[in-house]
Amino acid sequence: MTTTDARARKRKPMGMSRRPGFLTYGILIALMLGGAYPLWWSFVVGSSPTSVLSQDWPPLLPGGQFWKNVAEVFDTIPFWQALLNSIIVSSVITFSVVTFSTLAGFAFAKLRFRSSNALMVFVVATMAIPTQLGIIPLFILMRQFGWTGTVGAIIIPTLVTAFGVFFMRQYLVDVIPDELIDAARVDGANTFSTFWHVAVPAARPAMAILALFTFMMAWTDFLWPMIVSPQNPTLQVALSQLQSARYVDFSVVLAGAVLATLPLLILFVVAGKQLISGIMAGAVKG
Amino acid sequence: MTRTLGPETPTSPPASRPDRGAGLTFKNKLSHLDVKYSPYLYVAPFFVLFAIVGLFPLVYTFVVSLNDWNLLSGPGQWVGFGNFVKEFHDELFWNSLFNTISIFLLSSVPQLIAATFIAVVLDQNLRARTFWRMSVLIPYVVTPVAVALIFSNMFSPDGGLVNHLLALIGVDPIAWKLDTLPSHLAIASMVNFRWTGYNALILLAAMQAVPRDLYESAELDGAGSVRRFFSITLPSIRPTMIFVILTATIGGLQIFTEPRLYDAASVTGGGAHRQFQTTVLYLWEMAFQRQNFGRAAAIAWILFLIIVMFGLVNFLISRRIASADSRVVSKRAKRKLQTPGTPTPSTVTASPDTADAGIAETDPAHTHTVTTDTR
Repeated sequence: MTTTDARARKRKPMGMSRRPGFLTYGILIALMLGGAYPLWWSFVVGSSPTSVLSQDWPPLLPGGQFWKNVAEVFDTIPFWQALLNSIIVSSVITFSVVTFSTLAGFAFAKLRFRSSNALMVFVVATMAIPTQLGIIPLFILMRQFGWTGTVGAIIIPTLVTAFGVFFMRQYLVDVIPDELIDAARVDGANTFSTFWHVAVPAARPAMAILALFTFMMAWTDFLWPMIVSPQNPTLQVALSQLQSARYVDFSVVLAGAVLATLPLLILFVVAGKQLISGIMAGAVKG
Repeated sequence: MTRTLGPETPTSPPASRPDRGAGLTFKNKLSHLDVKYSPYLYVAPFFVLFAIVGLFPLVYTFVVSLNDWNLLSGPGQWVGFGNFVKEFHDELFWNSLFNTISIFLLSSVPQLIAATFIAVVLDQNLRARTFWRMSVLIPYVVTPVAVALIFSNMFSPDGGLVNHLLALIGVDPIAWKLDTLPSHLAIASMVNFRWTGYNALILLAAMQAVPRDLYESAELDGAGSVRRFFSITLPSIRPTMIFVILTATIGGLQIFTEPRLYDAASVTGGGAHRQFQTTVLYLWEMAFQRQNFGRAAAIAWILFLIIVMFGLVNFLISRRIASADSRVVSKRAKRKLQTPGTPTPSTVTASPDTADAGIAETDPAHTHTVTTDTR
């Protein structure tokens, strides 16, 4: 926190130096509390017996039953298996999307080849295609191969994204000077070693951001995993099954919701800054 | 990859002159091949995989939609566009479309306004900027399933937090799950909860690209903060605004998780009277409850076309705005250039030195304005 303060102070002499007043901070605090409240509320209820909901006043402080409710979550759904499935699915998808997007993005940004423009237009056009609408043939295929209920079936439809290619291309176009590619060629480097020794090191920040967003997307996906693999669920699907299994027992469901939010909350604490710069960078390009 | 690498490294021992010459041309040929054709190897994995998991399903969906196709018994009779016709005559389809658009409007319009407001608040010389930016993003890390569970409990008619709070201020309980509009509001609030902060950050990035001295000179001219917002901020962030609207549209028309989990008790999905059954939810019910893949595929294609149509309309509007903008700019520039005494770039290069110098001397003030403008 102190470092950001120092940076802000350094900026002071350049325009807009006026500090905003209490009203601004009041609004920001209200927004923060509003955004955090539903999570807090589910922790409060998730750590109490369901009976707290029939009190005259909504509860404000957590009760002492969180672990008891969590134990019931573990009894109702295969939590650890689902967690493991989610980790496998999200990691494989992230690795695949980042790898193939970097390869294709590099070629589109820095290599000259016939019909590259037409192909790039195709990529941009397909970005808007909602791939989830292909669930019916994908399901027919997966069932024919006998892959329903497997982690592989969950992974396959999202192995590549057009957005990833577009994102990496936009980044690499600016970040690698054409002279560097030419110089590498003059030095006798072939295309692959140029890619490996010039493009990949330069692309690392963008790869990290793409990885972060792809991981989030894969982790939160619900429709396809629910259709193709309800018997071997990801964490999101397992959580939804918790609700249908005991939709009256609020406190257990909410304890599960808190539990399922923890991994991304940890990711947020570790990589929140990158997440913000990723969102803001994407906006400027978009 | 490594095999093509091998011959290029100068390992082959040059024994005699003609040999060396042959090696060189071979090497040249290889590197020529490398330059000309290897780019395709880099883009191929993406295109091959995309063809399999993105394009093929889309085409195959169309094939399925032209047949009687049951989930269990597989393809039946060819029915042409029969499934499409059935959907257009089915009340449930129109109901789902109405619900989708209603929820979409209830979520996107307030969300855009709120996100713009939050972005304006954040676009100040704040202390601990990163901290506040992170704080508006907290809801984004709560997964849609968790958001749906939490909100469906908060809006629960018995013991839910919202009705509880309403009772405290003397409002009668609202049937959040049974009535159409309240249920749409509740589902829209889930979407708003998760995405407002995210979109605020996108708009904030656009606002920060606006040159600060624009605001300062406007302030010197006596423009208040509201005026500054409407005449400087809003026009400057318009392209980003369109981008946000476009992504919200594509996402909003495919909403599924929130309405599906809003009422787990209903088997059909979307409430007892389908009062909040969205189109993707209807598609899902048609495919996996009613087991009619043919009609479900038809729904998927209709929805796809609707999304493409929305996207195109958005694109055309944004292009019209952009071209209108550039027309204004070029008109202004032309006016500047046409003022007598100002050298246009073409005359400067074409005219002989003496005339050129003469023009430049007559009106130095105008040349100055032109250069500042281009900068």
